[in-house]
Amino acid sequence: MTIDSQQQKTSKFRWGEMDEDDDHGLKTVIEYKFNDEGNKVKVTTKSRVRKLASARLNKRAMERRSWPKFGDAASDDSGSSLTMVSTEEILMERPRAPGAKDESKAAGDSLSQLSKGGAVLMVCRTCHKKGDHWTSKCPYKDLSAPADVFVDKPTTGETSTVSAAPGTGKASYVPPSMRAGADRSAGGSDMRRRNDENSICVTNLSEDTREPDLMELFHPFGAVTRVYVAIDQKTGMSRGFGFVNFVSREDAQ
Amino acid sequence: MRPILMKGHERPLTFLRYHRDGDLLFSCAKDDTPTLWYADNGERLGTYRGHNGAVWCCDVSRDSSRLITGSADQTAKLWDVKTGQQLFSFKFGAPARSVDFAVGDKLAVITTDPFMEHTSAIHVKRIAEDLEDQTDDSVLILQSPNGRKTINRAVWGPLNQTIVSGGEDAVIRIWDAETGKLLKETDEEVGHKKPIRSLCKSADDSHFLTGSRDKTAKACLWDMRTLTLIKTYTTGVPLNAVSMSSLLDHVVLGGGPDASEITTTEHRAGSFDAKFYDKILQEEFGSVKGHFGPINALAFNPDGRSFSSGGEDGYVRLHHFDADYFNIKI
Repeated sequence: MTIDSQQQKTSKFRWGEMDEDDDHGLKTVIEYKFNDEGNKVKVTTKSRVRKLASARLNKRAMERRSWPKFGDAASDDSGSSLTMVSTEEILMERPRAPGAKDESKAAGDSLSQLSKGGAVLMVCRTCHKKGDHWTSKCPYKDLSAPADVFVDKPTTGETSTVSAAPGTGKASYVPPSMRAGADRSAGGSDMRRRNDENSICVTNLSEDTREPDLMELFHPFGAVTRVYVAIDQKTGMSRGFGFVNFVSREDAQ
Repeated sequence: MRPILMKGHERPLTFLRYHRDGDLLFSCAKDDTPTLWYADNGERLGTYRGHNGAVWCCDVSRDSSRLITGSADQTAKLWDVKTGQQLFSFKFGAPARSVDFAVGDKLAVITTDPFMEHTSAIHVKRIAEDLEDQTDDSVLILQSPNGRKTINRAVWGPLNQTIVSGGEDAVIRIWDAETGKLLKETDEEVGHKKPIRSLCKSADDSHFLTGSRDKTAKACLWDMRTLTLIKTYTTGVPLNAVSMSSLLDHVVLGGGPDASEITTTEHRAGSFDAKFYDKILQEEFGSVKGHFGPINALAFNPDGRSFSSGGEDGYVRLHHFDADYFNIKI
């Protein structure tokens, strides 16, 4: 006895009908019908049949299946809404090592070891919670952070050295003209150049992971410019991997 | 896996029990109707109408013909499983908390709460095969030394020679089932520190698992004849329910903070989980989220291929394991 989670089309072969099973268990049925206006129409139905459970029932259990319903259930019909299959796939999650995120589906210890320690003497003015970077290096630049970081980049070279930050000294005062996206375009091109170095490949994602999930997951580590999740067009599910681009390379570490 | 959600109860779940063949699931809740479900697709089969208060516990006979339920309306009732008809009602002076059929289904142990002038007690009742002979008399009544504390669970020991009880005083006691004498008690250093909320026997009656609300939230395995602590499982939440798999060496633990602490502890929706531990290695290897409230009841299907959990949210979630559950290596 199997419980199907979706409709199954009968597989009778008629002219113009095709049944296909591909490896994901996706069934594609193509029918040619005449619609109301008398035009010939091609109807493609894709369905996924999933066995939820198979009950191997012994003789007594088979008898029990034909018991009449009693009590409050006597008025239950087969369309009773009391019982429903969860719309979400719930996985048995492995317990995470301490220091990593709870819902982390990402491989890579580099992320779990992202240290918030280091020489934290100065609290960034733009994102007061995080204290591991100077205001000029704040990844949350769009929160009225100084845009002089963009100016800094060509001059100081690689931004991966955090120790260079105190040296800039421009962290203290930011002229209004340089705040809040004044030089965005210039900064943008700078960032694009360094994007490949700031990008992380994330693997071992679950089937229903999407871009917003990755965004949410990596956002606490630093500002994220771009997320991408590889999606299989046929099934609509993630192929199990994706990319995350950070603003700065140190966040990606 | 895709859990099957069953919302038949309006109030929090209190207990879940599979019958011996594993195709029926009985659920008890704080509303007064214990419910019978098919264990493969979660379809509701029937409800047992007759109680007037929260139903705390149930047990089903080996041939799955009789159901016994214990309720806060101061009765324990015997039902015909198939028709839902009430066969007999045992009356007590206090709410009945825990029920358990003996091996052979000729006796049942029922615990009652401390209530007004009554102290908590364990009653042994005879179950007659023929209904006509059924009486309300107790074969034996055991009084707990700590009478003002509820005995949450009492079960039969191997071969019905002993009765094992655990309750709010955090002590597990073994009683002789014939004479009623207290045989063994756990001592303070080794035992639980906080109320014991649940007790689960192994399939072969050689050991049992207790879940407690102590801060370390450990579940202890005790060898029945000698009452020695074998294993301890530490979780981060006070436990309300425990269950053991009869197929693999796994135990599942579930619980949650008390209602009074809920608002002060951080919880996201769907974040109460059932934790799976390796029985021998004592390590957690998995957790299954989904409940919106603390988990109050857990039960493994006797075939070990599925389990169900009941929560404070009134939902019963029935999970059939994926193939990779059976291949989990620590």
